Amino acid sequence: MNNLAYKHETFRDDYTYRNSPDAIRRFPFPFAEDHYMYSVNIEQHQPGAKGSIVEHAFDIDEHYVSECEDKLITLGQDKGRYAALPHMMDAQWDFLELSMESLSRDYPHLFTLTKDGERWTWRNGPLGIEDSFVFGDAATLPLEPFEYMGRQVQGDFVLLDQREGTLFADAGFITSQADWSLAFDVGMSWHEWHGPVPQVEKMGIMDRALKFLMSLQQGNPVRRLNWTMTINPRLDTSPEHFPEWGPDKLKVTAQNAGEKAHLRVELQTMFRLPRSNAILFSIRCYLISLEELATYPRWAKRFHRVLRDLHPDLLEYKGIKVYHEAVLAWLSQHDDGAELALGAHPE
Amino acid sequence: MSALNVIVSNIELVADGIRHFTFIAADGGELPGFSGGSHVVVSMPAGNRTYRNAYSLLSSPADRSNYQIAVRLQEQSRGGSRFMHEQVKVGTRLDISWPVNLFPISRVGHQHILVAGGIGITPFMSQVHDLLRTGAGFELHYAFRSPRHAGFIDQLKQLLGNKLVCHDQSQGQILDLHALLSRQPLGTHVYVCGPDGMVDALIATAHELGWPDAHIHNEEFLAPPVGEPFTIRLRQSQKNVDVGAEVSMLEAMEAAGVDVPYLCRGGACGRCELEVLATDGVIEHHDHYLSDAEKGAGKKIMPCVSRAKCSFIELNL
Ligand code: HEM
Ligand code: FES
Repeated sequence: MNNLAYKHETFRDDYTYRNSPDAIRRFPFPFAEDHYMYSVNIEQHQPGAKGSIVEHAFDIDEHYVSECEDKLITLGQDKGRYAALPHMMDAQWDFLELSMESLSRDYPHLFTLTKDGERWTWRNGPLGIEDSFVFGDAATLPLEPFEYMGRQVQGDFVLLDQREGTLFADAGFITSQADWSLAFDVGMSWHEWHGPVPQVEKMGIMDRALKFLMSLQQGNPVRRLNWTMTINPRLDTSPEHFPEWGPDKLKVTAQNAGEKAHLRVELQTMFRLPRSNAILFSIRCYLISLEELATYPRWAKRFHRVLRDLHPDLLEYKGIKVYHEAVLAWLSQHDDGAELALGAHPE
Repeated sequence: MSALNVIVSNIELVADGIRHFTFIAADGGELPGFSGGSHVVVSMPAGNRTYRNAYSLLSSPADRSNYQIAVRLQEQSRGGSRFMHEQVKVGTRLDISWPVNLFPISRVGHQHILVAGGIGITPFMSQVHDLLRTGAGFELHYAFRSPRHAGFIDQLKQLLGNKLVCHDQSQGQILDLHALLSRQPLGTHVYVCGPDGMVDALIATAHELGWPDAHIHNEEFLAPPVGEPFTIRLRQSQKNVDVGAEVSMLEAMEAAGVDVPYLCRGGACGRCELEVLATDGVIEHHDHYLSDAEKGAGKKIMPCVSRAKCSFIELNL
C-alpha cells in the first residue's frame, strides 16, 4: 500500500531522502530483461493495481510534501524553471482542471474541489492551501494556472502545442529534470529537443513516437518509463546547477555506491487536453538507492547486468561513465549469475 | 477506446436537406470539453452493419451540456447520412467517439481567414467561438448556392456582425479567392472547408501567391480503422477468429481468448507484430512501425491497427 504519512526530508545539502519499505516495493523498476535499449515503450495509461504507482492518473506518495517544498526552493533560485508562451493559456486551464479533478477524485481525503458554476474552490490538505477562483479568469488566482497547480503536483510538466506536423514544447514547469534545460528547450519542436539523444535516429524511434503522439486522443492517455542514474537523491539535476551536483559523480567508490548511487526512473504520462488540443507530458521522478534496490535480490542482479552491458553511447549520454566501474563493483557482489525470468516484478 | 453514450435531444431542419442534431450525455452529466474545429465519429447500427461517419461539432466549446452536429442528406450516401435522416429520432441512443481535432486554429497566428462552402460551414461554427474568446483577428467567408441551402446564417450574423461575409451565388455573389488572399497581411492563416473543387482552388491560389504550407489548413477527419469483416486462421493454435467490421484484429483475437502481446495499441511500438503466412486478399497497413518495404512484402502485420480486405488471412500464431 501507498503510505501517505509524509516525511520531512531533503533532496539537497544533507540529503535525508529515504524510501519506506512500501515505497521500495512499489518502485517502478524498469527492466523486464537483462538487456536495455531504447524503444517506443508506450502503453495505455489505464488505472493499474491498487497501491501501485499507476493506480491513479497522478501518483501522490510519501514524498509529496518534501518534494513540493524542494520545487519551491528550486523555483526561488531560478524563476526560469517555469515558462509559458502566451498562446498556451487554454492549455494552462486544461492542466489545472485535469490535475484538480484527478487529485480530488483519487485522493478525496487529501484534496477537495467544489464547483459553483465557474466559481471553484480548491483545498489542498497536505500543503494547507485553500483558494476560490473563477475558472478561466487568471486574475482570480495568485499565480498563472499552470504554475499554481505545477507547484502542487509531484513531477515536472510540459505543455505541447500541436501544429505544422509536429509538437512544440511551449510551456513547462521543470524543477527535477535529468540534465536538460527548460530555458533552452522552450519553444522547440520534437526533433529539436530530442536532438542530443543517441542511437534513436537509426531505429526510427522518434519518428514513430511522434506520429503516435500526434494522434493521441482525449480520454485515452498513455505512459512510458524512462531511466537514468543520479548521485545522491537529488531532484534538481539541471545543467544550470551542474556545479552543485556534477562533482559528486567523482566521489562514488565501490564502498559507498550502495548509498550514493541512485536509480532514477521517470514515469512519463501523456494526455490530450480538451480546450487547447495540447498534449500534457508529465515526468514523475522516482529515486531509489542501490542499497534500497537490493532489498529485492532480483532487482540488483538485473540492474547489474543491464548496466554492465549498456551501449557505450547510452553510458555517455546518461552521464554514468565516470562512476560506471564503481557501481558495477558494488552491484556485482549481489549478482550470483542465476537466470532471471522475464518481468520487472520485485520477487 | 471507450465511446460516449448520448441521447438525441433535438432535431431541426436548418436548410434544404440539412438536419441539425443535439446530443446530451446518456448519464445526464457533462460531455467532455473540446476545441474549435473538433469532430466526433458517430456509430450508426443499421441492421447487421454499422456505419461510422465523422461530423464536426457545431456548438460552443464552452458549453459542455450538449453537442450539436449537422448532417446533409447525401443522395449517393453509403447509408450514414440516410440513417441519420430517416432512422434517428428524438430519444434515439447513439455511441459517438470522444472529440478529435484535426482542424485546429493555429494558436500562434494573429489573423485568420475562414472559408466555408455550403455544409462546409460546420467546423467553423465551433472555431468562431474560440476566436471570439481569444480575440484573434478573423473573417468568415461563407459561400452558398442560395439562402435556402445555407444553414445557420442568422445565428452567425448575430454572433459575428461584420466578421461574417456571405457570398450568395443566387445573387451573383462569387467568392474571388485570389482577391481575398491577395489583400491579407503576411502571416495570415487560411482555413477552408467545402466542396472538393473549392478546397483545391483555394489551396492552389494560396500556393500561387506564395503562402507557406503551414498557413494553409483544410479539414481532415480521422479515418475510423474499420472495414469489412474477414476471418483470421491461426496456424499454430489451429483456430479461426472472425473479425467484425468495427473491431480490430487484436480485439477480435483477445475476445476469442488468444494471447497476443501488445503495448501501445496504436501501431507504434512494434510489440504486436505477427507473421502473415497467407491471404486471399490485400493487407491494409495502418501502422507507423513497419517500413514501406516490409509493408509491400506483405509478410508482417500489426494487428492493433491494421487489417485485411480479404475473406481470410493466415497468421503464424
Ligand atoms: C511529448 C513529450 C516529450 C517531451 C517533452 C520529451 C522531452 C525530452 C527531453 C527534454 C529529453 C532530454 C534531451 C536532452 O538530453 O537534452 C528527452 C529524452 C528522451 N526522450 Fe523524450 N520527450 C517526450 C516524449 C518522448 C516519447 C514519447 C519517447 C518515446 C520513445 C521519448 C524518448 C526519449 C528518449 C529515449 C530520451 C533519452 C532519455 C535517456 O536516455 O535518459 N520521449 N525527452
Ligand atoms: S501494440 Fe504497439 S504496434 Fe501494435
